[in-house]
Amino acid sequence: MTETPQSDANGPEISPADETAVHAAVEQALEAFAAAADLDELKAARLAHTGEKAPLTLANRGIGKLAKDQKAVAGKLMGGARKSMERALAARTEVLEAEHAARMLVEETVDVTTAVRRRRVGARHPLSVLQERVSDIFIGMGWEIAEGPELESEWYNFDALNFKPDHPAREMQDTFFVDPAESHLLLRTQTSPVQMRAMLERGVPVYVLSPGRTFRTDELDATHTPVFHQFEGLAVDKGLTMADLRGTLEYFARQMFGPEATIRLRSNFFPFTEPSAEMDIWHPGAKGGPQWIEWGGCGMVHPNVLRAAGLDPEIYSGFAFGMGVERTLMFRNEVLDMRDMIEGDVRFSQHFGMEI
Amino acid sequence: MRIPLSWLREYVPVPADATAEDVMADLVRVGFEEEDVHRPLDELSGPLVVGEVLEMVPEPQKNGKTINWCQVRVVPEGQEQTLSGEGIDPSGVQGIVCGAHNFQVGDKVVVTLPGAVLPGDFRITPRQTYGHLSAGMIASARELGLGEDHDGIIVLSSLGFSPENGNDPEPGTDVYDLLHLRDEAAEINVTADRSYAFSIRGVGREYAHATGLPFTDPASLVTAPEPNGQGHPVRLEDERPIYGVPGCDRFVTRTVTGIDPNRPTPPWMAQRLRLAGMRSISLAVDISNYVMWELGQPLHFYDAAKLQGPIVVRRAAEGETLTTLDGKSRTLSAEDLLITDDRGPIGLAGVMGGGETEVSESTTTIVIESAHFDPVSMGRTRRRHRLPSEASKRNERGVDWEIADEAAERAVQLLVELAGGTADAGITEVGTRPEPSVIELPASYPGARMGIEYTEDQIETTLRDLGATVERGTAPCAGHPDAGPAGTVFTVTAPTWRHDLEIRDDLVEEIARLIGYDQIPSTLPVAPPGRGLTREQAARRRVVQGLADAGLTEVLAYPFVSEAQNRFFGSATADEGAAQRMVHLANPISAEFGYLRTSLLPGLLDIARRNHSRGFRDLALYESGLVFLPGEQLGSATIPPLGARPADEVLADLEAGIPDQPRHLAAVLTGHDSAPGAGHQPGTYDWQDALGAALDAAAILGVDLRVAQGSHQAFHPGRTAELRLAGPAGSDGATDADGTVIGVAGELLPSWLEDADLPARTVAMELDLDALIAAAEDVVVARPISTFPLTSQDVALVVADDVVAGDVLETLREGAGELLEDIRLFDVYSGQGVEDGHQSLAFSLRFRAPDRTLTADEASAARTAATELAARRHGAVQR
Repeated sequence: MTETPQSDANGPEISPADETAVHAAVEQALEAFAAAADLDELKAARLAHTGEKAPLTLANRGIGKLAKDQKAVAGKLMGGARKSMERALAARTEVLEAEHAARMLVEETVDVTTAVRRRRVGARHPLSVLQERVSDIFIGMGWEIAEGPELESEWYNFDALNFKPDHPAREMQDTFFVDPAESHLLLRTQTSPVQMRAMLERGVPVYVLSPGRTFRTDELDATHTPVFHQFEGLAVDKGLTMADLRGTLEYFARQMFGPEATIRLRSNFFPFTEPSAEMDIWHPGAKGGPQWIEWGGCGMVHPNVLRAAGLDPEIYSGFAFGMGVERTLMFRNEVLDMRDMIEGDVRFSQHFGMEI
Repeated sequence: MRIPLSWLREYVPVPADATAEDVMADLVRVGFEEEDVHRPLDELSGPLVVGEVLEMVPEPQKNGKTINWCQVRVVPEGQEQTLSGEGIDPSGVQGIVCGAHNFQVGDKVVVTLPGAVLPGDFRITPRQTYGHLSAGMIASARELGLGEDHDGIIVLSSLGFSPENGNDPEPGTDVYDLLHLRDEAAEINVTADRSYAFSIRGVGREYAHATGLPFTDPASLVTAPEPNGQGHPVRLEDERPIYGVPGCDRFVTRTVTGIDPNRPTPPWMAQRLRLAGMRSISLAVDISNYVMWELGQPLHFYDAAKLQGPIVVRRAAEGETLTTLDGKSRTLSAEDLLITDDRGPIGLAGVMGGGETEVSESTTTIVIESAHFDPVSMGRTRRRHRLPSEASKRNERGVDWEIADEAAERAVQLLVELAGGTADAGITEVGTRPEPSVIELPASYPGARMGIEYTEDQIETTLRDLGATVERGTAPCAGHPDAGPAGTVFTVTAPTWRHDLEIRDDLVEEIARLIGYDQIPSTLPVAPPGRGLTREQAARRRVVQGLADAGLTEVLAYPFVSEAQNRFFGSATADEGAAQRMVHLANPISAEFGYLRTSLLPGLLDIARRNHSRGFRDLALYESGLVFLPGEQLGSATIPPLGARPADEVLADLEAGIPDQPRHLAAVLTGHDSAPGAGHQPGTYDWQDALGAALDAAAILGVDLRVAQGSHQAFHPGRTAELRLAGPAGSDGATDADGTVIGVAGELLPSWLEDADLPARTVAMELDLDALIAAAEDVVVARPISTFPLTSQDVALVVADDVVAGDVLETLREGAGELLEDIRLFDVYSGQGVEDGHQSLAFSLRFRAPDRTLTADEASAARTAATELAARRHGAVQR
């Protein structure tokens, strides 16, 4: 033992058989324990009253020197004294430790608002996330995701889709052509070439959605971009009707815009569908109140498109639809300027986080 | 296409209170798109009346101008003014200052009285000017929004209002009615297939379909006399038809003599044309445009005095020239269809006339051309010469070939009625009209396609409403499988103005459209059970999401780059020094960026620069996208025709000509890896972060990428890592010897960064994501987990500076054998205690056996084997 007993605790020598003196010393010890304000003071009190040189410790050592008949009395007396002190010490220790722990918690308080992010938080591009979300809706219906090249053969982009060589419809889509023109290559103006690839590769029945990048020679401004994205659906099977198209679109619209969303079809013209329709969506959550918003085109697959895929239009029928991803994001998420989506400003993506 | 309501009302009883918006809404229901409303009254209001100039006193001014101080009566003579308001004189005579001089006392003019508002929010108020109180304005056509000409004020007699014509208006007459200013027009967008809707006739029919109102075909109001071969002679001599279709298959000429060239265009016609979007030019030209707008038939008027000999329609000789109406000399192609006379070309048929035979202010005899041309030929000529016109728009979409004679007759009538001409008896017509298409339509087919029950009467009525001829028959129905063995079949002859009706599906659309798309029910088809995302699609999603999770922000760059960018960045996977092929666009948005990217990095770096310039210094960007790597064959010389499946060899050839477009993944990082803050010192992105992004992507897919010193001209020569897939095991046991290079990572070339205005020490990586995904194992075989204790041993090896740590590590791994569980480089040291030109590499090796507790001796033996192999291969000495 290296502790040095504190002098003030050392009282006069006590006889281990002196009941009054022992009780007084115990009483003194208990008072000292109770008076200890913290664990350090308690430790000092413990050493003073139960340490090597404490009167009671010394008295205890004196038991051996006592007469035989006094030994038992003294042993009992000293044992009682030790127990009382140990109990008091334990109780006081518990109290003071609890106080200490509580004080530490207070002292360790930090200002949580000073925190910094030590790890950078990334973000997906909303256009990518939206394409995945749409894909998942159709996968849930048992459809599959089909893909194709962005740089396409003219045949897949136009001829296979029943765009006649001299029809004005070819000019409706301002096309990027590859130099030289004799290569008959272009940047696809629509995701529809994937329709043809899906039919040729998979055969029928086929239910596919093809999201992807498309290109038209528009200058970039608030509402146009030469590079944009579409998703296009195609279903070819026996006995499919335009009612099936409507049902599919309505289901999709509700998934995207909530249970009140519905669609409206208006006649339109596309070379690759007949009948064709323009599709408006009733957008209950639109900024400025619920309204019809032009969303995309659709129709029944033109027999010539089926023929180009080697399918017999007397046996098979199908429907197709297509929408712009940018346009969808614009009205769904209130994006006001097309350029925000394409310039790559990190603020645009980071604001969305991982969600759309 | 703009439709003035007054014009539409001539053929359909449009409700009196219907606005242009109402008409547009009705037309939208049958498949047109709304564009705009044109309504003069939106910009014109207040009192506009006829005035009679009683006095005009010229008053020269100091500024050199002379103004006229006029007294103008704006109520009928002998009557009181009934209007009231500030500046309106109760006497009915207004004092007005006028700067124009093209009128005289007694003329009837248009007076805008105080309170009137003219286009441009020009408010008429009495105002003090040139020493008079001018209370109103004598208006010019431009001030009323009626044209651009500003020759002076409107003198009503020049518009044909005169006592001789019996229509001289009284002072005070309402000018809105007089000049038809209460009319308005709806503008709709017409899709490329519906050429017939580029006419009041076509739109009128559609409006009737939409509203159920009766429709009078304007063509039915005209009866064209039979041709007698006595008109201006015409010969059709097309020796080079396109696709076997003659360039012109019907050509009608009529002649009108004795035309008074001074007659003005009547205000009703001028105003309709203006609302239709066409300028009023001269009575003759206006009549030709008017008939085109009404019936959809483009006409051409020739000054008969200038025609030399018969009209011949033929193809141009290559290189032949023609000066068109716009004054431009055009060099012609052998495909261009021409109108010629004895002197040579006098017009590009159906597209634009020539200057030499143009109708002018002195023309008194007009030869009318009303012809039907091949749309393909028209379209090609218009594109070749970039000559869009109202005529070419209609001709290249296809005009009703039956209407040529009626349109000519209508023009004759108007020239006689309005221009004082006399119809010549001669009528020439040449050519053989095409046959209309005849379509067999099983009665069950429309319903089966639309998922709706149409009655046979509904179908028949709808098709008749369209103008088709319908015959009902019964035949075995080979058509649709849902149809019974026999059923009603309609034989439908399409109207001659509906070139878009070719197959029965076209008729289905018409039936569905007119009965209403809103009648189509809704059913949800059940797709066969699907497989979900493909392995590649799922893997790609995980990698792309994984980089975002790792703190990078995804961007989507345009794929358009410059030739220099492609040359500099090459492709992450291309062999060094290989000739760089790239795709060049024929019509890029910007000539400089006319190539398709072979690397994602130029686009990513552009975006990094943009963000940097917007104040974002700490950036971690990535993109997953296609790059374009052409091979030997670029495209295909010919493409197969539509409507038939090409043979397998043809499809294979198309496929071979399409450049490889692998999906790459690239990242660019610059600045700090996090924001600095109280108690936080952020790290700075360096080459290891770029490499880390690549390795993260590989780790997500469970692919073991091998890193080696690399070189790439866009990267710092000493800080470039080459990323290889593990190759097949070679004879020496090394597995990475011939693995495919699939990427590069490191610090970008400092001098280039400086030139490109990008922050120093910007780092990047790019890899072939498709190749990475392909390298991922389809099915990962589980490794048994040994629960025996681990034995760790460290070793420090001194090697020459030029020895690559990664090589030493791989050697140790190989030398240590199967007991080695893991190895890690934990320190690189040179300096005191290490020989000059050398470095000390400290490795931590973890050993574990699958089946027992390793003894210290076993671990040491494995370590020794490893260091001995390193000593042999790299001259490594244990420190």
